Amino acid sequence: MTTARLDEIITAHSIREAPLMPILNEVQAEFGCIDEEAKRQIAKALNLTRTEVHGIVSFYHDYRETNAELPIIKLCRAEACQSRGSEALAAKAETMANGRASIEPVYCLGLCSVGPNAMIGESVHARLDEPGLEALIREL
Amino acid sequence: MRIAISDDALAIACGADKLAEAFARAAPDAEIVRTSSWGMQWLEPLVDINGMGFGPATPGDVAAILDGGSDKAIGKIEDHPFIAKQQRLTFARAGKTQPLSLEDYTETGGWVALKKAYEIGPEATIGMVTESGLRGRGGAGFPAGIKWKTVAGAPGDQKYIVCNADEGDSGTFADRMLMEGDPYCLIEGMAIAGHAVGATKGYIYLRSEYPHAIRKMETAIKASAHLVSPFKLEVRVGAGAYVCGEETSLLNSLEGKRGEVRAKPPLPALEGLFGKPTVVNNVLTLAAVPNVLSEGAKAYADYGIGRSRGTMPVQLAGNIKQGGLYEIAFGITLGELVEEIGGGTESGRPIKAVQVGGPLGAYFPPSMFHLPFDYEAFTEAGGLIGHGGIVVFDDTADMLNQAHFAMEFCAVESCGKCTPCRIGAVRGQETLERIRAGGRGAGACEALPQMHNAKSSERSLEDEVVLLTDLCETMKFGSLCALGGFTPYPVMSALTHWPEDFGLEPAS
Repeated sequence: MTTARLDEIITAHSIREAPLMPILNEVQAEFGCIDEEAKRQIAKALNLTRTEVHGIVSFYHDYRETNAELPIIKLCRAEACQSRGSEALAAKAETMANGRASIEPVYCLGLCSVGPNAMIGESVHARLDEPGLEALIREL
Repeated sequence: MRIAISDDALAIACGADKLAEAFARAAPDAEIVRTSSWGMQWLEPLVDINGMGFGPATPGDVAAILDGGSDKAIGKIEDHPFIAKQQRLTFARAGKTQPLSLEDYTETGGWVALKKAYEIGPEATIGMVTESGLRGRGGAGFPAGIKWKTVAGAPGDQKYIVCNADEGDSGTFADRMLMEGDPYCLIEGMAIAGHAVGATKGYIYLRSEYPHAIRKMETAIKASAHLVSPFKLEVRVGAGAYVCGEETSLLNSLEGKRGEVRAKPPLPALEGLFGKPTVVNNVLTLAAVPNVLSEGAKAYADYGIGRSRGTMPVQLAGNIKQGGLYEIAFGITLGELVEEIGGGTESGRPIKAVQVGGPLGAYFPPSMFHLPFDYEAFTEAGGLIGHGGIVVFDDTADMLNQAHFAMEFCAVESCGKCTPCRIGAVRGQETLERIRAGGRGAGACEALPQMHNAKSSERSLEDEVVLLTDLCETMKFGSLCALGGFTPYPVMSALTHWPEDFGLEPAS
């Protein structure tokens, strides 16, 4: 994470009202995490304490403090997908990923009549069964 | 030949992009357009060729569809019973227009309502919204006109319109479909609200799980900025916290804070975003406004029953044969929605339960399918219509599991501000685990000699059920917001209607 790039992100958003979340969203998207160094730099730029920024980073599920080592498949585990068999799929997902991907839960992707659903980055996938999920893992 | 395929996220997840490419290759002379979705999701990706529908289509079906010999043909889309019987006001453009085309929007009656609002002035605009009987579609059902009037009358040098697009409830997707399919409709509704209450700035708080909606809203805001000026709009993206769908928590998140719930009062209408008077409305509420203004308050209020006026975009989801978006006047029964329109379960097994209103909504058995879709009727029945999502479960569902999930979800998503929710949800999970085990033995701690007031005998299943009921009571009345306050709905409804799943005698 370069200090200069981080400064650019902070400056780009600083004209907005309450720029913290937009900054954090962009840092997370670009660097894959919001580490200690970034927290301190953002805090300093926005005249906040490092504690305040840490409190916000740790509150939201999307923010990570360290980089993910594997590509992430977010598998929906909410009720609508449960009713369509997502729990049975999730039970096998970890074994199927076999160290090639990390399977994380997500609560609702808004595709509730065609589950089980998954999201990889910004791409969404519906009507998943075991072969479907296997194909997704292979294509990573 | 005009070939229309939806570019809604659900259609894309089902393979619409690849299908559109296949059509472009097979029919290079045809005009291929990407439209919003009709909402017949079991048929996605749905191909619309000059009004005739084919679905669910795969690239392998392309040749047969173009030859006219495809078994995926469903006939004229507008005449399909799923579409023909709807009363689409908010979703009038669904399936027909290209989401980001200003031309399409203007040609289909866009901006008429905003012009009218400018003509008749703020007071009359609020009057029309009040007369229409429009209530908050996010779940609380608070009359929109009254909220707007409060904000209009509140003193403040700056006021805000905040659109709650943090659609986190499982089984709901109407906000997403509206934003992806008809973004200018939401923009127009927000501009009308801004004009009515004297707000010059609007925020759309959109969840990060909806990247397609984020992109479309941002593009649409840029493209229409000159049409709603001096009103300014901005999309703010959430970061995966369900609780930010609660309005005060959403405001804190917008301010760049932890999404913790605020105590009310003060009402957001008086002291909302940055302490200024703020209208916080759901996507569907704001998107219903253009119709109210252009067609008249009475025309809108003529739909519906009792105090639930107008239409509700109902979302049929879960294990359902014909899932999708069904906009209809309030008053239709749960049974009609699930069995007649939805066609029962997709698995073909009998329906065991339907959950209405997301993870905080109650589970209803088929014996309650006579319930009319109406705010008051659902409250009376121990549930809520929430955001209008219905999730169907077949007879393989274990309701104790579902109750446990409700508590688990509450524990994961609790903002931590109030005790009944933060601690209660964890204790609720533990209690349900003991119910699954049929009770528990005497606790080691309770058996200590100095604990002479504690019960030292084992706790039976019935004792645990009493504990759970008591805990739900505490959460319901003691929590600051709907997350802790409504989690008892799925738990207690599961216990009441399916006691056998909890190891108790079946309900008589």
